[in-house]
Amino acid sequence: MSVPEVLQPPLSLRVLAAYRRFIRWLTSARVLLALILLVMMVYLILIPLYRMVETTLTYQERDVLAVPDAVPGELTTYHWVRMLASRISKVFLYAPLQHSLVVATGATLLAMLIGSILAWLVIRTDMPGRNLINNLATIPYIMPSWTIAMAWKVLFNTRVAGGTPGLLEYLIGRPVPTWLAYGPIPIIVSSALHYYTFFFLFVSAALMSIDSNLEEAAELMGSSRGRILRRITFPLVLPALLSGFIMTFSKVMGTFGGPNVLGTPVRYYVIATMIRSNVAIGEFADAFVLAIVLILFTIVTIYINQRLIGTRKSYETIGGRGFVAHVARLRRWRGVLAAAVIIFQVLVIALPLGLLAYDTFMLRSGDFSLSNFTLHYWIGKSDINIANGAPGVLRNPKIYSSAWNSIRLSLATAFFTALLGVILGYAIVKGRGTRLSKLVEQISFVPYVIPGIAFGAVYISMFSKRVGPIPPLYGTFALLVVVSVAKHIPYSARSGVSAMLQVGRELEEAGQIAGANLWERFKRIIFPLTSAGFVSGFLLTFITTMRELSLIILLVTPATQVLASQTMRYTENGDDQMANAVILILITLVLIGNFLIGRFRGGSLKKGLGM
Amino acid sequence: MGTTITIKNLTKRFGDVVAVNNVSLTVEAGTFLTLLGPSGCGKTTLLRCVAGLEDPDEGEIYIGDKLVYSRARGISVPAGQRDVGLVFQNYALWPHMTVYKNMSFALEIRKLPKSEIDKRVKESLAEVKMLGYENRYPREMSGGQQQRIALARMLAYRPKVFLMDEPLSNLDARLRMDMRAELKRLHHVAGATTIYVTHDQVEALTMSSLIAVMKDGVLQQVDTPDRVYRCPSNLFVADFIGNPKVNLLEGVVDGQGHVDLGEFKVPVSVCGVQGKVVLAVRPEDIAVYTEPTMGAVESSVYSVLPSGADSTIVARVGEREITIRVPGISSLKMDDRVWLGFDPRTINLYDGNSGNLIAVREA
Repeated sequence: MSVPEVLQPPLSLRVLAAYRRFIRWLTSARVLLALILLVMMVYLILIPLYRMVETTLTYQERDVLAVPDAVPGELTTYHWVRMLASRISKVFLYAPLQHSLVVATGATLLAMLIGSILAWLVIRTDMPGRNLINNLATIPYIMPSWTIAMAWKVLFNTRVAGGTPGLLEYLIGRPVPTWLAYGPIPIIVSSALHYYTFFFLFVSAALMSIDSNLEEAAELMGSSRGRILRRITFPLVLPALLSGFIMTFSKVMGTFGGPNVLGTPVRYYVIATMIRSNVAIGEFADAFVLAIVLILFTIVTIYINQRLIGTRKSYETIGGRGFVAHVARLRRWRGVLAAAVIIFQVLVIALPLGLLAYDTFMLRSGDFSLSNFTLHYWIGKSDINIANGAPGVLRNPKIYSSAWNSIRLSLATAFFTALLGVILGYAIVKGRGTRLSKLVEQISFVPYVIPGIAFGAVYISMFSKRVGPIPPLYGTFALLVVVSVAKHIPYSARSGVSAMLQVGRELEEAGQIAGANLWERFKRIIFPLTSAGFVSGFLLTFITTMRELSLIILLVTPATQVLASQTMRYTENGDDQMANAVILILITLVLIGNFLIGRFRGGSLKKGLGM
Repeated sequence: MGTTITIKNLTKRFGDVVAVNNVSLTVEAGTFLTLLGPSGCGKTTLLRCVAGLEDPDEGEIYIGDKLVYSRARGISVPAGQRDVGLVFQNYALWPHMTVYKNMSFALEIRKLPKSEIDKRVKESLAEVKMLGYENRYPREMSGGQQQRIALARMLAYRPKVFLMDEPLSNLDARLRMDMRAELKRLHHVAGATTIYVTHDQVEALTMSSLIAVMKDGVLQQVDTPDRVYRCPSNLFVADFIGNPKVNLLEGVVDGQGHVDLGEFKVPVSVCGVQGKVVLAVRPEDIAVYTEPTMGAVESSVYSVLPSGADSTIVARVGEREITIRVPGISSLKMDDRVWLGFDPRTINLYDGNSGNLIAVREA
């Protein structure tokens, strides 16, 4: 058959052709999804950030009280000057910032010490019970981060600081020093005992991938044990240490629970708790200045660490195939060390839980005698003299509604996060090499560098007013879901990309050739092939959301209270027994979730951390 | 029977790399066309453009009289609506579906009745001799079996055009031979226009009715296997086709019916050609004599490589190496003296500068 020659068509046809090409580009699967995701992420991440910055730079309604000639809405550096260079700066910003840095650095270093030693013992020695140690190591991390802080209070609380006596004070009959009960040291220790899991996982993965031949080579050259550890092993696990450092440091910087339980009562404020108290009194602009400072500090830390890791990443490829694990013989220390480690781990888990439980059975705080035993906080009817009249948690409708809120928040977040992960993975992987794909990937990373409490703060400014078709979400349950999903975007993008890379592109193309449209390809090819990743991602998000506090503490209202925020509410009201009963319920739910993960093949905490 | 495929001035770029460069090609209905070339020559990209998996940057593609791609008109019909089938190099069988589900997928999309789907699946399985494997999962079958299922999956929805992207390259040598015969037979029965991508010249020569040789995105020659083998249109094609390789000898035309190669002269039957040329002669077109013969060139045997049906002899004239193929197991020994006979009628001449064919053999 004959085909007409390709001639230069008239302008109108060329415009039409360009228009058609544009429409085709726009409606191609990867572009369409990438653009939808982009709009969504701009709306969920970038606009809130912008609004937060904007708020700090304009006069607010209430500023009229302090600055008579202020015009609400007008541009000003008032809030920045006020927070950075005024009489109150020291109290509102510099002291909390210093505290945050002290606490974050201290907790990170201590966690590093504990995690690395445990990892080395488990991977590189012939110590018995290594499986048990391995399993126990992850449990402190899956419990809420302020669990140990609450238990700390039960053990070390003191009348000196205005509280009721803790168990220790009760037993020795003398006041416990304040520095042991409240302030930086308790916060550092309780956070480190929660976060050492990061280092344990990172370092054991690194140690496992190092070929012992590298160390043996040094040994053959006559190097001493200590020297090998220092000159060969340490540099090789350094990248893992730095990764653990970034994660722990930025997490602790943004953590609200521990510092609120162990710092606020003695006016030891960190940035996170200072943000909260500014929000509580309605000084949003000031709170946002603090949040921005927090974000900047986190970004700088991550940047420095990435620069340090940068050149060292190449170590990760070392070893791998056919490596020989060189195991240090502990000889007669084997049993002793194993016992010490396991006792330590059990104590870190069981002691806090025991103390919390003990506390819930005490009618009056501080009296640890048997005569003070009660089940009131669990099953008692409302009594106006006890816990401000709140009935025991098991017959308290507020607790049931909080528990239900926790569960449905976690379910909804887990579902949308997992779903978003597959779609993000698709858009990023299919568009590899295009600017659009890179942009989606980069924006998806932004929530990672925003500490939990700051991310929550971002959302106050965003959703307090109607924006376009979206109603003001502040105070709604939906907002909690939105913020939780948005905060999880970096993790879901990463797991989505790795899941999508497992699915060869031909598998989808074969569907395209067969005539399946985008929805059918997703339904029948992509979703089924990524379902394992979907389910493990779902379960992991479920437990991390369940015990999340920093992110949502600024956004919950009495109607949308979840278990995590309920514990804080009771603590702040001085109803410690109620708070402790609630956190025990929360831990039970989280442990059930974790058990389900264990049952589900392929799911592991490591994957959830994006490693 | 079948559908004509017309490709006009097609260009596809990846960044700065021009993968397909201004290719124009017509594949008549029922033709088995092979796109042949070394890896990275753009053959797979061209195939994917026809399939609709890549959007070209310039040109037009017609399948039958339907315009499926036109840059100028801004048209690009989605892959699923081009009525083409594609067999992927790695088969791309869906691992979570049984053989039956893999095959019924496209039919379900087309909303065929259940009985018809069942009938077509069975028929196609019979065609590739895989009846009884309906409930297997891809991982439960060997590579060869997966290959057959990939073919059957394409046959089941009866596309008008078969596209195959190195479908045999993952099979071992023995299976590959068997499958060549099967594929050729399948094409013969179905009669669908087929575009087959391979880097294996033997595959191209044995299976195709037409071979299109590509290099660096540019079409070098489109011809029947016989013509591609005997009259390669340039030095690249000459060198790429044939095993053992063609002898390419640089020399100068002396104006007296000879090409002067320095060490010796070869008579050629052309006129009007001058200057530097490359003389191409296939190994099987050189005669080997064990005693001095009129017009033959004296040389010594450098190496003898018998391979059963024939033997390859590498002979040396001065510094030049010449490869000769003789039938059967050769009785020649290394360092034997032999005389090589060139037949002017079997010699192709290429321009020394452009590498293009300037004088074609007669026989």
